[in-house]
Amino acid sequence: MERVEVLKTYKIYIGGKFPRTESGRYYTPTNAKGDALGNICLCSRKDVRNSVVAARKAQGGWAGRAAFNRGQVMYRIAEMLEGRKAQFIEELIFQGATKIKAEQEVNTAIDRLIYYAGWCDKYTQVLGSVNPVASSHFNFSVHEPTGVVGIIADESTSLIGLVSMIAPVIAGGNTCVVIASESLPLSAITFAEVLGTSDVPGGVINILTGASEEMAKPLSTHMDVNALAYSGNDEAVLKELQEYAVMNLKRVRSYTKDWMNSDSQDLYMISDYQEVKTTWHPIENIGGANSTY
Amino acid sequence: MATKKKNNQPVEWNYSPALESTSHVKLKDKYELYIDGKWVKPSSKKYFKTINPANEEVLAEVAHANDKDVDLAVKAARKAYKNVWSKIAPSERAKYIYRIARLMQERAREFAVIESLDAGKVIRESRDVDVPLACNHFFYYAGWADKLEYAFPNRKVESLGVAGQIIPWNFPLLMAAWKIAPALAAGNTVVLKPAETTPLTALKLAEIIHDSGLPAGVVNIVTGYGDTGAAIVNHPDVDKIAFTGSTGVGKIIQKAIAGTHKKSTLELGGKSANIIMDDAPIDQAVEGIVNGIFFNQGHVCCAGSRLFIQEGVADKVIEKLKHRMDSLIIGDPMDKNTDIGAINSKEQLDIINGYVKIGIAEGAEIYQPKCKLPNSGYYCPPTLFMDVAQSSRLVQEEIFGPVLTIQTFRTVDEVIQKANNSPFGLAAGIWTDKGSRIFNLTTKLRAGVIWANTYNKFDPTSPFGGYKESGFGREGGLQGLGAYLKMN
Repeated sequence: MERVEVLKTYKIYIGGKFPRTESGRYYTPTNAKGDALGNICLCSRKDVRNSVVAARKAQGGWAGRAAFNRGQVMYRIAEMLEGRKAQFIEELIFQGATKIKAEQEVNTAIDRLIYYAGWCDKYTQVLGSVNPVASSHFNFSVHEPTGVVGIIADESTSLIGLVSMIAPVIAGGNTCVVIASESLPLSAITFAEVLGTSDVPGGVINILTGASEEMAKPLSTHMDVNALAYSGNDEAVLKELQEYAVMNLKRVRSYTKDWMNSDSQDLYMISDYQEVKTTWHPIENIGGANSTY
Repeated sequence: MATKKKNNQPVEWNYSPALESTSHVKLKDKYELYIDGKWVKPSSKKYFKTINPANEEVLAEVAHANDKDVDLAVKAARKAYKNVWSKIAPSERAKYIYRIARLMQERAREFAVIESLDAGKVIRESRDVDVPLACNHFFYYAGWADKLEYAFPNRKVESLGVAGQIIPWNFPLLMAAWKIAPALAAGNTVVLKPAETTPLTALKLAEIIHDSGLPAGVVNIVTGYGDTGAAIVNHPDVDKIAFTGSTGVGKIIQKAIAGTHKKSTLELGGKSANIIMDDAPIDQAVEGIVNGIFFNQGHVCCAGSRLFIQEGVADKVIEKLKHRMDSLIIGDPMDKNTDIGAINSKEQLDIINGYVKIGIAEGAEIYQPKCKLPNSGYYCPPTLFMDVAQSSRLVQEEIFGPVLTIQTFRTVDEVIQKANNSPFGLAAGIWTDKGSRIFNLTTKLRAGVIWANTYNKFDPTSPFGGYKESGFGREGGLQGLGAYLKMN
């Protein structure tokens, strides 16, 4: 007798745990052939709020990690993803990609994680400065994470858009709440399973599935979200996000990049989610006047 | 340490030995040269013994490379540079370096044990400082490989070609990492010579590099003495010399490559000032003094070997320092309780003892705690010299051992003058509770690294290197990359 395959229930990822949506609702996206991708969680605004709470709780700890350690954790995500490549390729193909495209997408996602892993302990050295003020002060500027970032991931890709947005945000010590692609949600959830086994502290990355239109508002009006990242070219959506962002002066970043491009990654996607802090410290000015050795 | 029971009978509180196991360590009896991805017998047919300085037992025999062997290594490096390493995508270069870092992390304990066996370094330091820092250095520089254009804005950067690298015996694996990691990240290939007394961890690193699948010839490890190093320096097809070692040898190298196209970085000797102001947190400062001079038996180029104490607190600091020295444990490097291990070699022990004699002859007051030294192996007790003159040879010359000179001062001005009055300029330490004073001193001291209320701290992201006769060029951080790049 043929063995009956066990099917996976797709869940969401909040605070390091895998619940179903609190609303109990679901939706059933299909691929081009009409196959159902699964009963995917149709997340609610309460799920959004729970995620923001989890992200905020994790933010201080994540930002407080040594930059080197954040880099190692991100490298670990890449290692775990590499080991589960086959599963991602299978899901991408099921969602409509060709085998070659699917392989490319997973490889690019792994390499992108490694790229940003490397930046963790380098961007402050490239972006920071010691400022030659005229008075007798030691004055320097360093970058610090903006805080909790709401990410509305690329709708047209399942994995690469999501990874390309998350990686620079967490490399810089932020935490995030991510709304996955509505029509291609499978890789986002499987990626959450990779995160769950990659030493990423719970709450650093929270991933929700469902109707982007429904969740965008609670996310972009949330007073404990510090920045919004939007991938896509719907001007109306962007305008709406920009207007909602005003309430607590969220920084809004938007991208229309083709994430499959190997150069759709750079340092400035990290600095998009950074604040500059400048410190003044007096320099005592005695002695050594003739020290010319 | 002795304490007293109620009936006034002293009780000896000794630590039981806590020996690190060596059972998991794999060492061969004989090591060949690692050239072009293969283990090659030396054309010199000569081998030398590397011993454990803690007990003088032979650990392994190691090949002694001559001019021909070095030529073979440089040719392999050139071929690998031309055909492979300069052509592969930077992001792929990064992945190889990450692999090396990960493989080192996986075998970290084995490296730590071998380092302690071969160098006499205490296991606590090999395990917690040398090896993790070495791994982290590879991990850090791996990430730079595909980001070089950010490091030097408005410059088109290009790799140099073949880097010849010669490293010392005080931090054998760590120095190999400091040299190889940035060179590879920048796209160069490497011929590296470890020191003759401590070749084993570099050879183990060659095994890991081999396991990582790094293309053959990208890293070549040739062992030998000064003649092997000279062959690398003088080879016409080497584009860059990176040397860490004594100022004397550094000058010979600078002269040898004068008039050639070779770029160089030299990380040389030091005689670093450790300055205690009268408002310093004294207990913390005493720990800093001990760490500054006795870390790694004082075999540290940036050792805080000249202690300057402000007069008002001098007596108190010296008293506490002596008390702290009395509790230091000198002995078997493999014992996790040991604070000070073995001197790296007989030669170095003779040099240190020579300086101790000079100090006594000059009339300086000496202090050494009463401690039992092991019967075999090379050991030197921690040593203080008080009332030394600025002109004393002990103050002016690098001793490279656990010997500290103490001078006092009254004003900030005076200590800046005295601290800067040295041909060296590698590092300095400042101990004070006043922030503005720290920044005043960091501004005026002529040294490449200044530690404020800490000492002997290292990190892959932090540039290290000296002013004046302590050398030129920096290792670590973004600055460490520049040394391995042509800037167009």
